[in-house]
Amino acid sequence: MTTTRFPIAAPAEESTPSVFDRLHEWVITVDHKRLGIMYIVFALGFLVIGGLEATLIRLQLAVPDNHVVSAQTFNTLFTMHGTTMVFLVGMPILAGFANYLVPLQIGTRDLAFPRLNSFAFWVTCFGGLLLYSSFLTAPALFGGAAAPDVGWFGYAPLTEPTYSRGNATDYWVIGLIIVGFGSIAGAVNIATTILTMRTKGMTLGRMPLFTWITLVVQCMILVAVSPLTAALILLLLDRGLGAHFFDTQAGGSAVLWQHFFWIFGHPEVYVLMLPGFGFLSEIIPVFSRKVIFGYPVMVAATVAIGFISLGVWAHHMFSVGMSPAANTYFAIATGLVGVPTGIKLFNWIGTMWGGRIQLRTPMLFAIAVLVQFLIAGITGVMLSVVPFDWQLTDTYFVVAHFHFVLVGSLLFAIFAAVYYWYPKATGRMLSERLGKWHFWLFLVGFNLTFIPQHFAGMLGMPRRVYTFLPERGLEIWNLASSIGVAFQLAGVACFVWNLIRSYRRGAVAGNDPWDAWTLEWATSSPPPAYNFAELPVVGSRRPLWDLKHPEDPDWQYE
Amino acid sequence: MTAIPMPQPTTPWTLPRRGPVGILLFILAESSIFAVFVAAYLFYIGRSLTGPTPREVLQFPVVMTVCLLSSSLTIHLATRALRNGALGRFLRYWLATVLLGAGFLAGTAREWHELIAEHHLTISTNLFGSTYYALVGLHASHVIAGMVMLLIVAAFGLAGRIRPVHVERADVISIYWHFVDVVWIVVVTVVYVIGR
Repeated sequence: MTTTRFPIAAPAEESTPSVFDRLHEWVITVDHKRLGIMYIVFALGFLVIGGLEATLIRLQLAVPDNHVVSAQTFNTLFTMHGTTMVFLVGMPILAGFANYLVPLQIGTRDLAFPRLNSFAFWVTCFGGLLLYSSFLTAPALFGGAAAPDVGWFGYAPLTEPTYSRGNATDYWVIGLIIVGFGSIAGAVNIATTILTMRTKGMTLGRMPLFTWITLVVQCMILVAVSPLTAALILLLLDRGLGAHFFDTQAGGSAVLWQHFFWIFGHPEVYVLMLPGFGFLSEIIPVFSRKVIFGYPVMVAATVAIGFISLGVWAHHMFSVGMSPAANTYFAIATGLVGVPTGIKLFNWIGTMWGGRIQLRTPMLFAIAVLVQFLIAGITGVMLSVVPFDWQLTDTYFVVAHFHFVLVGSLLFAIFAAVYYWYPKATGRMLSERLGKWHFWLFLVGFNLTFIPQHFAGMLGMPRRVYTFLPERGLEIWNLASSIGVAFQLAGVACFVWNLIRSYRRGAVAGNDPWDAWTLEWATSSPPPAYNFAELPVVGSRRPLWDLKHPEDPDWQYE
Repeated sequence: MTAIPMPQPTTPWTLPRRGPVGILLFILAESSIFAVFVAAYLFYIGRSLTGPTPREVLQFPVVMTVCLLSSSLTIHLATRALRNGALGRFLRYWLATVLLGAGFLAGTAREWHELIAEHHLTISTNLFGSTYYALVGLHASHVIAGMVMLLIVAAFGLAGRIRPVHVERADVISIYWHFVDVVWIVVVTVVYVIGR
């Protein structure tokens, strides 16, 4: 990366090279900022696709005995919706933010292994395309679906060749193995960068919290995504070579698959959610005009969440009939995760307490996360109580719970992050007016969709069933839930329009539009290919505060 | 940025080298993959519905184990020679490592041939076959990946292109090779000691 001819999206440069040349530059790039943007654009594209799948699901469930889609298509829709949102939206968008921000925040010029970075992105991209190419195949004989329809957790023995005819499940298995390789390669790269390439003076204790959390998350990916890759390889051996790992007719165990899957699946929730906490930990201090409350405790809480989350997986399996000792252990461990998570919530409130809060769009989304994540956490602790879980597992109560985590908390945090860092990546501000429309429409839509699902679930509405019967008291909740989708779609439309329109017509941002304190705001917007002409030297957790206030630098107090 | 007033003259700023850190993190991921395969193996011991059983067909692989364990020593001596600038000694030890690795793979090939041709044990015969070929095969595929890396360096070495400045890259391969070795100790224990 010695060239300075193509700084990202610099308007003056766009007239010279042809479209083809510019496309070629993006395809062969090893620049962490370009790859980061490609990850994010890839993920936002799949966010729209996954969202449309969810829209079809809600159309089907708007009224009882509906026939918008068939039962089989419904199975495909919820399978692909879940798989897409976790592997093709959540993972890549967070990999994109880590890619873009980590080298800037630690004051270096690229990741440790730039070509590995390019490999990781393209592997993820083609894995996703492979998964979706299953839609182009013909339905298999004996009623097998064209696209995967086994649920995003692919429970055995449903995924065995006996029960899943055709190649739909193979697309799912191989697609996820490939995407997993991309995640592991990316995690190795980003963690190595943080450990070995920090600029002078950037000790671990001075790293921005987003970078700290990213480090913990990458280590979790290494430990938790790899077991999924391993389990998928075993499943592939079953399907392709006739092995018997999960073949119950030859002595294989269906419960073993559940253990393997959730050893990945539960830490995965934190792999997705923790970067959201990282965004909040950057945004809330800046818009409260205060230093983060309890920095060391935030780091300790992150590490604690990382460790505890590795030992709670079987709370997804209370209803398979484990021993009382196992149930007790997993219930206690699950409740325990609430402690460091609660500490974080209080620290953000402590940061806002007494601050001069600026209600710009990123801050609005961040505040919504605090409230909605509290609800998600409370229903999570409720579900960790074994008898309660026995009653409500596989109902819409669980669906509502994890959508409050992954949409109400994570997606809101991602929106906050896009509004916060878009000016850095493009040099233009997003429109505040469209941003407020986006926020309020999405806030109303989200809550209208998912609050009623708690009640539908408590009334006994099961997950993953393509319709429901009338006269069971479920109509009103489902109809409200489906109406909420319209508001969410309108909100996302505002968001997409804002992204496109502001790219050319947004107000020019300048280097540091939010008067923030971390190093990414020290360079130009968008940053040049080399990030920093001269590598910065850091003396505290808020280097830009020190720069702006030489009379009262932070390092006096840390 | 140099305008920031600094607390005090900072101590010399040194960070770990990225090659070894990267490969160690990769090994962390690999360990998790092996852990799942090992867990599946242990879980299915004695659960096969039909024969053959491990006791009937498996022999403790003495020669293979000796080959692989001693190759860890030779690769260590090779990188040490490279660090000291003894290029001839480096090449001799490196080629010895390649030969020992090849010996290990030949042993695996012989064992598999015997199992398939004489004992009619394949991956689809029973749970023992499934878990055995998966775990031993996963390890063997890691040995093959290591052999590819060893051979590339050997080719450069024979062409006289390796210099002491390349020691960090050789170290990375060496760390990976030690890992493959340690995993073999686990595999041997699980398959040929506990599993029999």
